[in-house]
Amino acid sequence: MREIADFFQMGGYAAFVWPALGLTLLVMLGLLVTTLRQLRARQRRLADLEAQGASRRPRREEAPPRQEEATS
Amino acid sequence: MHRFANPARFTRIADRVLPFAGFGAVAALGIGFYLALFVAPADYQQGETVRIMYVHVPSAWMALFIYVAMAVASAAALIWRHPLADVAAKASSPIGAGFAFLTLVTGSLWGRPMWGTWWEWDGRLTSMLILFFLYLGHMALMHAFEDQQRGYRAAAVLALVGVINVPIIKFSVDWWATLHQPASVLRLDGPTIHSSMLWPLLITALGFKLYFVTLVLLRMKSELIAARLRALDLARLKAS
Repeated sequence: MREIADFFQMGGYAAFVWPALGLTLLVMLGLLVTTLRQLRARQRRLADLEAQGASRRPRREEAPPRQEEATS
Repeated sequence: MHRFANPARFTRIADRVLPFAGFGAVAALGIGFYLALFVAPADYQQGETVRIMYVHVPSAWMALFIYVAMAVASAAALIWRHPLADVAAKASSPIGAGFAFLTLVTGSLWGRPMWGTWWEWDGRLTSMLILFFLYLGHMALMHAFEDQQRGYRAAAVLALVGVINVPIIKFSVDWWATLHQPASVLRLDGPTIHSSMLWPLLITALGFKLYFVTLVLLRMKSELIAARLRALDLARLKAS
């Protein structure tokens, strides 16, 4: 018990050592989490778009040419 | 190098490397932090505050390493128009900014008890602050233009101009009077730090490096998908 308390006191420098270590872990984890969330969101969006595109492409081919395209 | 330019090919290679890099990072960081906290001795002058070194020094090494890597990628992008180089630079700068920030804050937390001050406008601390601002500038330029290609070019030029700051940081402790201690690991005459502290430091540093590899590959994958989404949006805009 005594040893554990000594460990956390860091020779009286607990107020400097633990924030330094904690902040490092926080920033590294934070970057990882935001990166993973952004990657997942983009992967989902791409999958959605590709699913839409696959179902829409045949219809677009059947549609008659639009006015502007026909006259120009 | 252009063999790896194909996004699908890059993603395949990245997916193969990622599990090893990720697992390696977790293992090295776990062992490194365990050694740093429980095995490494307290310093005879600095006491327990020396444990801050095990996050401060790897952060600083990574901040410098990532900047050099970013500058090399930027040169490759400007000279050879390698399409992945821009993506690599864009993926790197937020990670570098994170490590530069950690270097400054953990250094401050170490300086207060050992030097008696949070901050000093000397060569080492000021040049490190400039590195942090260079990273922020790089990130801002990347997003400053509607056209991503212009953002890539502007940010690449900034990265190349700013690389002059890297040797200034490295040698600042030799050139100017400073509170900061000189190098004790990366010296021409070999490390002067005791092996009981050197090994925990090197293993932690390896963990930081593998963490960067993992994160930059994930971010490059993400950026390639974002580029594809931009192209799809543009195509839809033209079609409508």
